[in-house]
Amino acid sequence: MKTSPVSAACLVALRDLRLAFRKPSQLIQPLMFFMIVATLFPLTLTPEMSRLRDAAPGVLWVGALLSSLLALEFLFRDDAIDGTLEQFALSGQSLTWMLFAKTCTHWLLSGLPLALSAPIAAAALGVPGEAMWSVVAALALGSFAMSLIGAISAGLTLGARRGGVLMSLLTLPLAVPILVFGADATNRAITGGEIAPPMYLLGAIAVLGVTLAPLAAAAAVRIGLE
Amino acid sequence: MATWTWFHRLASPPHVYGFARRWAPWFGGFAAASMLIALYGGLVLAPEDYQQKDAFRMVYVHAPSAWLSLMIYTTMAVAAAVGLIWRMKVAHAAAAACAPIGAWFTVAALGTGMLWGKPMWGAYWVWDPRLTSELVLLFLYLGYMGLRAAIEDPGKADKASAVLAVVGVINVPIIKYSVTWWNSLHQTATVMQMGKPKMNGDMLWPLLLMFLAFALYFATVLLIRLRAELLRRERNASWVREVLT
Repeated sequence: MKTSPVSAACLVALRDLRLAFRKPSQLIQPLMFFMIVATLFPLTLTPEMSRLRDAAPGVLWVGALLSSLLALEFLFRDDAIDGTLEQFALSGQSLTWMLFAKTCTHWLLSGLPLALSAPIAAAALGVPGEAMWSVVAALALGSFAMSLIGAISAGLTLGARRGGVLMSLLTLPLAVPILVFGADATNRAITGGEIAPPMYLLGAIAVLGVTLAPLAAAAAVRIGLE
Repeated sequence: MATWTWFHRLASPPHVYGFARRWAPWFGGFAAASMLIALYGGLVLAPEDYQQKDAFRMVYVHAPSAWLSLMIYTTMAVAAAVGLIWRMKVAHAAAAACAPIGAWFTVAALGTGMLWGKPMWGAYWVWDPRLTSELVLLFLYLGYMGLRAAIEDPGKADKASAVLAVVGVINVPIIKYSVTWWNSLHQTATVMQMGKPKMNGDMLWPLLLMFLAFALYFATVLLIRLRAELLRRERNASWVREVLT
C-alpha cells in the first residue's frame, strides 16, 4: 500500500522534530543571535527608552530576519550532505509535500520560538506591555512567510559553493515586503493603532508562500540534486 | 505546423547565432538614429516645463531606463521560464545575456533619478517606495548573477537561476504600481494612462521615441551578448568551428 502524501509529510515532520531535539544547541543559537542583536542597539543607538521605542519595530524585524537567515542554513544542508534529500526525491512521494513539511517544522523550531521570545527583547526596547500580543502574532506570521521564501533560496543554493552569503543575497530582496508590513504592524501596535491592515497583508503573503513556495523549493532542490 | 517552425528554429544555436549576427547592426543603426532624433526633440524642440523648467528634460533618460529595467527583467524571466519548460538551451543563454544589461539599466535609472531628485526634492535619495523597490530590483539582478556565478555546473546554474528569475517576477508589479499604491514623493504615471496622456504632445513624442531607441539599443546589446554567450557555451560544437574559420 502506498503512503499518502500527507502522511509521508507527517512522517518527515516527526523525523525532523526528533532529530532537532537530539541536537538542541542548533535550536538555541539563532535565538541567542536574535537576543544579542537586540542588545546591541541600546549600546550603539541610545539607552534612552523613548528613542529606543521608536526604533523597536525595525530592530525586532531586522533581528528576526537575520536570525531566520542564520537558521535557514540548517534547513536542507545536513540532509543534502548525508543524502537524505536524494532519498526523498527518489522515494516516489511528492517532494513538494515533504519539503513543505520540512519547512513547517523548521518554522516550528526557529520562527515560532523566536516570536515567543520576542517579548523579552521588545520589553527591553521599551515596547509597552499591551502591544506584546500583537508583536508576537506579527512575528509568528512574518517568520512563517520568511521560512517559506527562505526554503526556495536554500534549495537554490544547494549546488553552490559558499552558499550561506549567497542565500542571504537571494532571500533579502524577496523578504522586503514581509519586513515592511511586519514592521508597520509592530509600529502600529506600539503607537496604539489598528494593526489589522498590515496583518492581513502579512497573511496574504504567507498564503501565497504556502501555495507557491513549496513547488518552487521542490524544483530548486531537484536541480540541486541532479 | 508551419507557424511553429520559427519557434523550433529558435532552439538551434547556429540559427540564432546567424540571426544575431545579421540583425545586430540593423537594430544598432535604428537605435542610434532614433536616439539622435529623440535627443534633439527632447533637448531642443520640447518646451520648458512650467514648474521644473529645463530640469524636467532628465525624463528623457530616466523614464526609458526605468521602463527598460522592468521590461528586461520580464524578458529575462520569460526566457528563463521557456528554458525551464521546453529545456531550450538558447533561452537560458538569452536569460543569462539579459541580466547584466538589466542591472545596468537599473543603475542608470537610479543614477539619473538621483541627479534629478537633487534639484527637485532637495536630496539625492529619499526612502520612498518607488526608489526603494527599484533598488530591490537591482539586488534581484545581482542575486541572479551571483547565483549563476556560484554554481559551477553550467546546466545546473541555468536551471537554478531560472527558478530564481521566475520567483522574482512577483516584484515587477510591486515596483510598477508602488507609486499608485503608496503615497509617494515620486510623481505618478503621466504617460501610460487610459485615454489621453497628461503630457504635452511636444514633450511626449521625444519621450516615446527615446523609449523605442532604448528598446532597440537593448535588442542590439542583447544580440551581441547572446552571440558571445552561445560561442562560449558551444565552444566544442562543430558549427562554431565552421562559423569562425
